[in-house]
Amino acid sequence: MKNTIAERVKDFLKKYPPFNVLPREPLFDTAKNVEIHYFEKDQIIFDQNDEPHKHFYIVYEGAVRLYRFGEDVKHTVDICDEGDLFGLRPLIMKENYLMGAAANEETILYGIPIEDFNHIILNYPKVSQFLIASFATNTRDPFTDKHKGKLFANISAIKKVENTFSETQSVKYTKNPVTCNSDLQVKEAAIIMTEKVIDSIIITENNLPIGIITDKDIRTKIGTGVNKITDSVSEIMSTPVETFKENLSIAEAQIERLKHKVSHLIITEDGTNKTKVVGIITDHDLNTSHGNNPMFLMKEIKNAKDAETLKYVRTKATNLTKAYLEQEIPIYFVTKVITEINNAITKKAIRLSIKEIGSKPPVKFSWLAVGSQGRQEQLLKTDQDNALVFDNVPKEKYPEVKAYFLELATKVTEKLNIVGYEYCPANIMASNTKWCLSCKEWKEQFKDWIKNPIAEKILLSIIFFDFEFIYGDKELHETLSKRVFKYIESKQIFLGFLSKATLENPAPLGFFKQFLVEEDGENKDHFDIKSRALRPLVDAARIFSLYHGIHENNTIARYERLMEVEPQNKEIFESCANAFKILLQFRTLQGIANNDSGKYVDINNLSKSDRLKLKSCFKPIKNIQDSLKLRFNVSKLT
Amino acid sequence: MLSFFKRKTYPKYFKKYLNSFKNKKPKSINKTRFVVFDTETTGLDTNTDRILSIGAIAINNGIIDVADSFEIYLKQDQFNADTVEIHGILKEGNIEKISEEKAIEHFINYLKNAVLIAHHAAFDVKMINSILKRMNLQKLKNKSIDTGILYKKLEGKQNDHFSLDKLCEEFNIPLHDRHTASGDAYITAILFLKIISKLKQQRLLHYSDLFRTNNSKGLL
Repeated sequence: MKNTIAERVKDFLKKYPPFNVLPREPLFDTAKNVEIHYFEKDQIIFDQNDEPHKHFYIVYEGAVRLYRFGEDVKHTVDICDEGDLFGLRPLIMKENYLMGAAANEETILYGIPIEDFNHIILNYPKVSQFLIASFATNTRDPFTDKHKGKLFANISAIKKVENTFSETQSVKYTKNPVTCNSDLQVKEAAIIMTEKVIDSIIITENNLPIGIITDKDIRTKIGTGVNKITDSVSEIMSTPVETFKENLSIAEAQIERLKHKVSHLIITEDGTNKTKVVGIITDHDLNTSHGNNPMFLMKEIKNAKDAETLKYVRTKATNLTKAYLEQEIPIYFVTKVITEINNAITKKAIRLSIKEIGSKPPVKFSWLAVGSQGRQEQLLKTDQDNALVFDNVPKEKYPEVKAYFLELATKVTEKLNIVGYEYCPANIMASNTKWCLSCKEWKEQFKDWIKNPIAEKILLSIIFFDFEFIYGDKELHETLSKRVFKYIESKQIFLGFLSKATLENPAPLGFFKQFLVEEDGENKDHFDIKSRALRPLVDAARIFSLYHGIHENNTIARYERLMEVEPQNKEIFESCANAFKILLQFRTLQGIANNDSGKYVDINNLSKSDRLKLKSCFKPIKNIQDSLKLRFNVSKLT
Repeated sequence: MLSFFKRKTYPKYFKKYLNSFKNKKPKSINKTRFVVFDTETTGLDTNTDRILSIGAIAINNGIIDVADSFEIYLKQDQFNADTVEIHGILKEGNIEKISEEKAIEHFINYLKNAVLIAHHAAFDVKMINSILKRMNLQKLKNKSIDTGILYKKLEGKQNDHFSLDKLCEEFNIPLHDRHTASGDAYITAILFLKIISKLKQQRLLHYSDLFRTNNSKGLL
């Protein structure tokens, strides 16, 4: 029977992913069951926290605004226009809408029944692949969070994925997983899990799977005291279990996990729970093979053959940062992941450069990150700050060796620049002849900074005291590091001068408890969050760490170590660590929102709660600065 | 009505159709099933011309439901070469065609007690009624709405009279498949939703308002 309307609906859907990958039949079947909705401008399609509809939507005509309430303020998160999909993920996850949707102008939507679509997801790997890639890169919801046109922008990402890694390939699952009987005590099971280093154990009866316990069950049910450690595993196991056939594709496995909200998928002989267990797919099995996660990015870096590919990975890492922050994943963890990626990119840039030069380094060397990368606090793309130390060589060989490392460093910094780490405006880079030195020269340099602490030198040198090993010979780095601490120990007054320098940058509250904002220039009325709030905390952490000989660069890690070393001042250090986390997150979100480094905050655009949040961070700054003053007798220095 | 005496036993489907009107529940716009339809004909004379195709799509709860749509082509002896260029339906085309009687049975089964909507509805309703008459059946019992008249309820439009093309232009509706029964039904459905939405902005709109003419009296 002819169905002109469904034909037209089909013709429209065919133009847009994921429908463009569907064959005619299933596409036409989908089109036949589409609902057509009409919305006036500003009419609400669904509200945040509404129960999921039975349909997800594609914009046929007009535009839809996705919005979200956070702390009572409405944020427009995305605008979808013709061909954009939205409202799908909550349907798959069976959860309420994370954001609301309203017609931004007069709009016609096609509503596509999830019931039909579930079937398509399971039968057309390309569709699920597409969804996974968009879910993964957006992490929360391709149709929710802040990714304009994101869903479709991801096509390139998928293509890339398809080339390097096939998501349609079967998951490599763990064979012959560890099982136990239902009457085993939790304690016994935990011992087995610990011995075998596994995070789950399947409970079987006559070899058939009846339940599973994971680390999480032990944490939430035993750790909390709800169940006893002597209870049998059957008391705390999840039951019944979802079972699957062998040859589950990675894409399918992802979708199954989303659908059933489980972390482990059990593989049985015929896919039902009436046959023997043959394997298990864990988070780990999937993570090592899936899309836009750190592990995958690391793999991509490893396989990269040029700077352009590294740039591409770095862009993905930025998306990952956004996604992490939106999910409110702790900032400490986020910085760790991003630092790992930054470091891996740098390492790869060095390896590629050595290959380009065509000869191996003449002597041992070590590539150092300084400044924020050295402290592992880089979240946004920022400038490069790096340095190079090479092994001592006889005088006659020095020029040749130095020339090699300067060439290497120039190539590396060029590559990093292509990747998106801009050249350091102050030229603090290993390609600068001043910062590409032998171990002996570096020792002299540090000695000079420490013994002759004049103001201008201090400002320059501070950045070098956060040097971190990235690539090459670790011993060179350690030798240098030990020596620096030794110098400082013998010349404690240096820390006084460092303190004095940082105190010239007072806590950001003015006399009337107002924000100190820039008084003139381009950034008038903007609060310099980097210099005024973050740097004092970074500086203080550095000074106290150098004082105690703490070999840590990361500010949060430094405060945490300080809490142990000076338990009497635990509170103050803890408050500094917390303030730092909040400020860093704040800066990063600002930077992402404004697509810049996030250095300046426009005070007038801050919500009341954000102002309060910022202000609450200033008290610790004042406190730690007061302690610096007292500890290092700053008032006595001239 | 003479038809009442002419025939006492209607076919089963038609009895069922008539019965569906007995249930007199209070009506609301949201709970009503609307069937937007259009016919392509051999010409404009409701007595001598014949229906070549019927296209229809339902609106439930303000949503156009593609799954609840209808499209049928009729076998007719009469043929008018002049109108072929408008609707493109050839006498012996590839499209599957059925007899007038069968077509009406399908349409009545699909229509049930829905409210009919068409642009210049009077013509299309008359064309259907002509077939019913030839089959010795009662006229359609469904209420009907003419989007052309509904449009006139909008402020400042009382004296305007527009074709479907003109209204689509005013309401910014793309003209896909114009002059196929289904295509026109679809376009008319969108037009209906847009007019209703405008009317709702201008006043409190009740179910009964849909059927009143501008003078607020009588049914269409």
